Amino acid sequence: MQSVDRLLDDRTPGVEHEESTANVLSYTTGLGLAVLLTVASFVVAQTNLLWPPGIPVGLIVLAFAQIGVHLVFFLHLGSGPDHTNNILALAFGVLIVFLVIVGSIWIIANLNWNMMEMPH
Amino acid sequence: MPVFCWTALAANMLIVAAFPVLTATFAMLLLDRYLGMHFFTNEAGGNQMMYANLFWAWGHPEVYILVLPAFGVFSEVAATFSGKGLFSYRSMVWATLGICILSFMVWLHHFFTMGAGADVNSVFGIMSSIIAVPTGAKVFNWLFTVFRGRIVFTTPILFLIGFMITFVLGGLTGVLLAVPPVDFVLHNSAFLVAHFHHVIIGGVVFGALAGINYWFPKAFGFTLDEGWGKASFWCWLIGFYLAFMPLYVLGLMGMTRRLQHISDPSWQPLLLVAEAGAIVIFLGILCQIVQLYVSIRTRESRRDLTGDPWNARTLEWATSSPPPAYNFAVLPSVETIDAFWEMKRKGLAAAEPAYQAIEMPRNSPIGIVIAFFAFFVGFSLIWQIWWIAILGLLAIAITILVFGWSEDREREIPASQIARMERARLGLGRPA
Amino acid sequence: MTIATVDFVPTELARGRGGGGPAPTRTVVAYGFWIFLLSDFVLFSGLFAAYAVLSDNTAGGPTGAELFNLRSVFIETMCLLFSSYACGLGALSAERRRLGHFYISAVFTFGLGAAFLCIEISEFAGMVSKGDGPSRSAFLSAFFTLVGTHGAHVTAGLIWFIYMVAQVAAKGFRPHVLRRHLCFSLFWHALDIVWVGVFTLVYLMGAR
Repeated sequence: MQSVDRLLDDRTPGVEHEESTANVLSYTTGLGLAVLLTVASFVVAQTNLLWPPGIPVGLIVLAFAQIGVHLVFFLHLGSGPDHTNNILALAFGVLIVFLVIVGSIWIIANLNWNMMEMPH
Repeated sequence: MPVFCWTALAANMLIVAAFPVLTATFAMLLLDRYLGMHFFTNEAGGNQMMYANLFWAWGHPEVYILVLPAFGVFSEVAATFSGKGLFSYRSMVWATLGICILSFMVWLHHFFTMGAGADVNSVFGIMSSIIAVPTGAKVFNWLFTVFRGRIVFTTPILFLIGFMITFVLGGLTGVLLAVPPVDFVLHNSAFLVAHFHHVIIGGVVFGALAGINYWFPKAFGFTLDEGWGKASFWCWLIGFYLAFMPLYVLGLMGMTRRLQHISDPSWQPLLLVAEAGAIVIFLGILCQIVQLYVSIRTRESRRDLTGDPWNARTLEWATSSPPPAYNFAVLPSVETIDAFWEMKRKGLAAAEPAYQAIEMPRNSPIGIVIAFFAFFVGFSLIWQIWWIAILGLLAIAITILVFGWSEDREREIPASQIARMERARLGLGRPA
Repeated sequence: MTIATVDFVPTELARGRGGGGPAPTRTVVAYGFWIFLLSDFVLFSGLFAAYAVLSDNTAGGPTGAELFNLRSVFIETMCLLFSSYACGLGALSAERRRLGHFYISAVFTFGLGAAFLCIEISEFAGMVSKGDGPSRSAFLSAFFTLVGTHGAHVTAGLIWFIYMVAQVAAKGFRPHVLRRHLCFSLFWHALDIVWVGVFTLVYLMGAR
């Protein structure tokens, strides 16, 4: 039964196996990167280190990077074949999130524009 | 996987992805009403169209949640009752997944007239036309499945034929409405009402009725009466067209939906035809009730003893009717589509396998218990009886905690019991 | 009348996708819970969309720039991040069946999560007491709901975590207890992911 388990085992997010020592390293690396990226976000938002009109984009890029760090180092979601199901599900979820948020912003902005007050 | 399994999977993916949007929307509406917030209010910066926007972001995937399982039923029915495999399995699967993704990209067509600009309207209008393409591919596949098949005219296949005609016509009116300038004339008219009933009755209802007639023997162990089934089909088909075709004309004549009274007497003749159609549909429903009653009364003479009353193609028909709790005593080896058909063709009869114990989940009352308390929560929130609502929520939380501590969520069916059940199913002793 | 019999293949020999039957329970449970978490992300996306659309509708009331204290947001963020880290170490301890280490990381997981909540609740209380509660404007409704829903998830998570530690104490590291703890870990990490979105889009962008 044990052998069949190993044979059919798909990796799942958060499940560790025999690479235990590597995993304390994985979590600690993830923590370090996440702290750096978080500090960077706060610095970018509150100073003019980044060209001001580019700050929103910079913040979004940093946010995606932080989310990526969480997915890889804390949830152990990689690009290996064991993770395909999880990545596919995540991709679908990300698509829906994108459509709902960006779609709503675009639609409502369009509606608001057409509802703009006439100049008096 | 059989195509019904694919469409059930796609429908469930849509459920998991779309319903949270509805949850968030209703939560915001609840906060508006009960805690005085301003998501969708007129004053303090609320935006009512945001409600409509989010609601339909759920609402469009919802109609595909409704129709995809029906599509799956029709795929199974078409193959079984034409004695042929489904035409182009791969394109069926891809079309289903395509519909799944595209259904999230069209939702604005439910509110074309609410003030969006031409750019937004045309993008969503084009997407709404595009989503008709994978559905069209599926219709062609069903047609090519029955083409040159050896058709057995049972109730399910009558519903399939009715579906193919009705759903295609209803879908066509949908593509008409997907054109924003047309929708500006027909939004919220009787034409729209006719369209969505056209696709829902032609698609979802006919699919459900076909599925019920098809799988009833498997679930309950005896077939349904064919005569009353066919009668119900004809009543539904004729009744539907009588009831809803006039509504297209009325919509074009200017009749809107949700009317409290009829102000234009020229509408009356068509409305009377529609009323006649409603009565015919009602007769169809009566036929179904009679069908059920007659079938139960004569069930001994219509027992399904082989598990395969339709000479079908997929694995569910390899079990007894009704199947045992574990379905299959040993996992079948599936090499092709229509695995059961292949097995029948090859005439396989294995030596008695070595049965192993099977782990099954235990039944649990938790769903019903939570639903019971949820009823009180909902009821008391409507009438603002706060103490019942709080107690109900507390009871739900406690139920979840009790269930969360539980042990032994599985039970094992021992191999000896499985062997006994299988031998009884296959007849005493082994086939010679 | 032939009764069709079903051919079979012993589970050790069946190959191919799905061959040999379902994956181990731990894998199946984690995948199912991951799908639930993705649906939770979609729920948050509805609330994010409402916030994005309504964030400028301040109805004469205060804006984000006037209300947000980025220093306490930074402390909150670090609390939640380190709590996630502690949770990860706790998962490792559970896997290696080290009860003592597990309890230590549990204390940090819970404590840091509770610290996050305390800061957030005091922020909310401060705003409400000045009259800038959720019913003041659409912006504030969206803010309180989005951030508050995240906070409600954290609260539910902390209650769940106490329950998990209690189960470990009472039953030890049995397979079903470990599966439930795995689900909690996934949940806790996912909440930190949502928080990244919240502090970026609400606090950092709003404070400009």
